[in-house]
This record gives sequence, structure tokens and C-alpha cells, in this order.
Amino acid sequence: MQTSPDHDPIPLLEARGLAFARNDEPVFGPLDFRLFAGEVVLVEGDNGAGKTTLLKVLSGLLEPGEGSIELNGEALTLARLSHQVALLGHLPGLKGDLTALENLRFATGLGGIRAGITPTLALGSVGLEGYEDVPVRQLSAGQRKRVALARLLLVPAALWLLDEPYANLDRGGIDLVNRLLDDHARRGGAALVTSHGAYAFTSGTPRRLPIRRPA
Amino acid sequence: MNTLTLWFHKFGSPPVFHRIAGRLAPWLYAGALLGMLIGLYGGLVLAPPDYQQSDAYRIIFIHVPCAWMSLFIYFFMAANAFVALVWRIKISEILAMASAPIGAAFTAITLATGSLWGKPMWGTWWTWDARLTSELVLLFLYLGVIGLNHAIEDRRQAARAAGFLALVGVVNVPIVHFSVNWWNTLHQGSTVRLIGPSAIDASMLWPLLVMALATKLWFFASLFVRARNDLLELEAGKEWARAEVLREGGTP
Amino acid sequence: MKPGSTGAACMAVIRRDLTLCWRRRGDALNPVLFALIVVTLFPFALGPEPNQLSRIAAGVVLVAILIAGVLALDALFRSDHDDGALEQLVLSPHPLPLLLACKTLVHWLTTALPLIVAAPLLAGMLRLDPGVLPVLLGALALATPLLSLLGAVCVALTVGMRRSGMLLALLVLPLYVPVLIFAAGACDAAQAGLPYLAPLLWLGAALVLALVLAPLACAAALRISIT
Repeated sequence: MQTSPDHDPIPLLEARGLAFARNDEPVFGPLDFRLFAGEVVLVEGDNGAGKTTLLKVLSGLLEPGEGSIELNGEALTLARLSHQVALLGHLPGLKGDLTALENLRFATGLGGIRAGITPTLALGSVGLEGYEDVPVRQLSAGQRKRVALARLLLVPAALWLLDEPYANLDRGGIDLVNRLLDDHARRGGAALVTSHGAYAFTSGTPRRLPIRRPA
Repeated sequence: MNTLTLWFHKFGSPPVFHRIAGRLAPWLYAGALLGMLIGLYGGLVLAPPDYQQSDAYRIIFIHVPCAWMSLFIYFFMAANAFVALVWRIKISEILAMASAPIGAAFTAITLATGSLWGKPMWGTWWTWDARLTSELVLLFLYLGVIGLNHAIEDRRQAARAAGFLALVGVVNVPIVHFSVNWWNTLHQGSTVRLIGPSAIDASMLWPLLVMALATKLWFFASLFVRARNDLLELEAGKEWARAEVLREGGTP
Repeated sequence: MKPGSTGAACMAVIRRDLTLCWRRRGDALNPVLFALIVVTLFPFALGPEPNQLSRIAAGVVLVAILIAGVLALDALFRSDHDDGALEQLVLSPHPLPLLLACKTLVHWLTTALPLIVAAPLLAGMLRLDPGVLPVLLGALALATPLLSLLGAVCVALTVGMRRSGMLLALLVLPLYVPVLIFAAGACDAAQAGLPYLAPLLWLGAALVLALVLAPLACAAALRISIT
């Protein structure tokens, strides 16, 4: 995992004074940070520190209470997402009654498909070769996570927001995630990864962004 | 223009609203009670018996103002909901949600008094009169807003969702009136109109208008009391809220 | 169609929802079964006298289908909310109202259309005047999409709530009353030999408006609810 040595003058993602409150209780913030192309940043914090909420705010799913977010220099509104952001949340967003392949085909229909890769190839890359036609509800939690990772491979997005991507994965799975992050960074993308610290990166030392619930 | 926006801004600030509302509420209640005494005296004692309905008509002095209020409050609630959704003003959220139960109560009183009026006239407790039926649907609209507000935990999200519902409902109110009127004309057999098309005499009109004013004052008084409480609950963690509660002799 | 374009996205949503319904095709008959039960109960309650039944037939069929529809509404967003697919839909770069309109369309096709197909049977059981049946079917064809569209707005407000059935029914009732009035009004007029076109036209006009406005309201409501 390498932080890109040559920083693009316009950061891929920039947050200024970002804060979010629920029921008037502050969840996180105010935060200032920048993410450049080719970077992977680890968001660290205890359970309940607001990591998941931060990712949701950065994706545009939630509106921040204060502050601004800019994607490639433009203000982030849901309307301008255009294939730039991918969010992998706690729930993988897969339909149990559909097969792995059908789920991926839906995702590409919705979000487009990167050149040079197909759903079948993507499933192979994540170690699920042979599981194309298995209904997702018959897959284990780790396997479902891998299907979600295959979706990350397929659908083009400059910014990856991964919430606890290592959860449910075995050793091989953790290495897979790190490999995917590496490739993504090398292709000029950027990623924000949350982890509560139990599963640290095993390759390289990424930049860390600590987050804490305001007192 | 500057002073107006400044005043609006100040009024929108929770501590200021809390103070002003607290000071106004007792006066509003007093005015309402006075108005009701005058209006009811004028309606129940002074006004002459109706040509057709003799003394039974007198219930209109409660029924009609309450009906007017039930509609007025719904539009007031929807207007505040609109402001709350577009400009995210906390006070508007509070006012909108606090209006709902009061509006529902006025609607219920309208239905009850309408029912009481129907009994001596037509011997039944309920008639599917166009206006009463519309009021019944209005009651459901209110209950929906109240129910949705209570079903969501996050108070601000609840106010936004219920406010959105109120806006959808406000578009629906004229549609319901129109369709219920049409439905009533279809089923000719039971055209009972609680208020006939006859012009209303001046001696009956002035108590009605006084009652209308009195109920408005009552609404704003109740609204302010409710809104102050809701506001304190919502802002419970803030400094000014704690100071207020201590000042009023309570425990934060 | 280029993958990732808005047209492809709509087709993807439609295809996915249809496939999901097909995978659980047994469930698709539940609303029909429910309407059948409701209709069956009325003769037991009121007596089987044909003249009496035929007077209330159109209204009872309409109400039974309406209630069956309300029960089926929850399924519109329930599974997508539970597995996170709804978030992905909201995050997609395409206009959310359009995607939600596609979902509503599939929902109508899979819940209301079977009810419309069953309507002649239900009407026949209640001895509906055969001349009124085409009007009833026409009213259903106009009313049920309206009910689905309006219902979608209300479901969006209660998405994710456990045991939201009662609240949902309360929310949709004031919206459904005008639709029911006009649909039943048309059938009544037809039964009495009076002109029935006017209420059907009102329904049609309302449907056109709802096709444009309801998905916008649904998307706005969903954005408020999704947290």
C-alpha cells in the first residue's frame, strides 16, 4: 500500500469543517482532510466513533450538519455522483434470491462496467470461480463479502468508501482486499477504509485518519 | 428589510422563542377565555332561536369555529413543515409537530359537536354529510402525521418525515373535499346539510366571529405551551435549556 | 443499451425485480387469495340474496382489492432495505424518481395485475351485473396504478419500520378515499344506466399527474427516511 508520492494539485476528495449530528448529538467532527488520487487512508476509531456515519456522509447518502465536501473540486451533491463513488457498507447490498452472477450483472447495469473485465472474470479474481450460479443466500458471509468485492472490481468508481471491509474474511480474504486496494490506488483511484483496529493493514503503512466522538 | 430579517432570525433562535412564547401564552389564554365567554353568551343567550331548528342550532357556535380551526391549523402545520423542510429551521419543525395534536383535537370536537347536532335533527348519531365526512378524513390526516412523528426516534428526522406527510396531505385536502362532495351528490337519498344555504342573521354572526377569534387565540396559546416543552426536550443538552429549567425551579 | 446509461439502469431494475418475483412466484398469489377471502365473507355476513349482493358487488370488489393492495405495499421496499440494496439504489448516479417509478411499475405488475385478472371471478361471485363488469375493470385499470403510486410515497416514509402495517394503512387512507370514490362512482353510474365516463376521466387525469409527481415525492420521502 503506497501513498502516492506525486500529489495531484486538486485532491480527489476534500472535506472542510465536516460535522454531523443526530438528534442534535454530535456524531463526529468538525473534520478537515484531503484525499489524493492513488492514496488509501485508514479511518481509525472505536466502536461508535462515527466511522460508518462519516462514510455515509462522504458518499452523499447523508447530508452533513456543517461543512463542505468536494469531489474533484466540485461540490458533492448526489446529483453529481456520476460513477465516481462506490460505497461498501455493512450490508453487502446483494439480493439473496439472485445468483452471484445476476447480482453482478444488475450492478453493472446500474453503474456501468470497467473496460476489460466481465462479471465472470471478477468472480474468478475474488476466488469464487464455480459459484456463479449459486443463489447468494446459500453463500457464507465471507463469500458474500467476496461477491461485493467483485462488484467493486467491476463498477468504475474513482473513490472507494469501504466500511469494515475485512469483516467476515479469512486470511486469504484480507490479503485479497489489500491487493484490490493496491491495484485501485495504482490505477489512480483513492480509498477510505474504516476499521476498528482489529484488522490492520498487513502491507505498507497507509495514512491514518483518527476519528473520535466529540465529548 | 434588514430589521425584518434580523427579527425573523432572532425569533427563530430557540432561547428567544422560548422566552417570548412563555410570556405571550398566559395573555393568549386569557384573551381566549374572555372571547369564549363573550361569544358563548352572545350565541347561547342573546341570539334568537332559529326559525327552523329553534334552540338546537346553538351548537354551531362551537361546531363552526372548531371546524374552521381544524382547517386553519392544518394549513398552518403544512406551512411550517414547508419552511422546516426547505430551510431546516428548528422552530418551524417544532411548531409544525406541536400543532398536529391541537388540530386533531379541534377536528374531534367538530365531529363530536356535529354528531350531537345531528341527533335531535335527524335522530342519528352520525350522518355521512359531505362536510362531516371530509372532517373525518381530515382527522385521519392528522392522526397519520402524529403517528409518523411518534414512530421515528430521531426527533428532527421525525419532524421532517411527518412534515413531508403534512405537505402531501395539504394537497390532498381540497381533493378530498371535492370528491366527497361529488360522492354525496351521487347518493341523493341522504343529502343532509348541517348548515343550510340560508343567510345567517347578524345577531348570530357576531358571536360566531368572536368564537372564531377566541379559538384562534386558544390555539396559539396551546401551541406556544406545547412548543416550549418540545423545544426544551429537544435541546435538553444545551446550556440555555439547563439554565431555563433551573430558573423555573425544576431539575435538568 | 450501454451498461451504466440511465436506460440500462431502468431495464436492470425492472429485470431484477421481475426475476426476484419469479423466484418467489408462490407469494405473488397472496393478494389474490386475500381478496378472495374478503369477498367470500360478505355473503356470509349479508346473506346470499342475489339482488342485495349485486348492489354492493362493485364496491366490495373495489374495497377488497384496495385492502389487498395495502397489505402488499410493504414488499415494495422491505427486502431492499433489509439487505442494503436500497442504499445502492439511492447512491446510483441515475435519477432516483425514475428508478423508483420502475420499481413501482414492477410492483403493480406483480401484485395489482393478478388482482385485476381475478376481478371478474370476484365480481361474479357477488352477482355483479355483467354490463357493469367492463366499467369495473376499466376503473381498476386506472385506479390500481394510482393506488400503487400513492402507496409508494407512503411506504417510502415508513421504510424500515418494523410492524408498520397499521401506520401505513393510516397514511394511505386519506389518499385512497378520493380514488375509491371515483372508481366506485363510475361503477354505480354504470349500474344505474347513467353516464360513467366523467369519473373515469377524473381517474385518468389523476393517474397522469401521479405518474409524474408521485415518483418525485417518493424519492424525496425516501431521502428523508434513509439514515
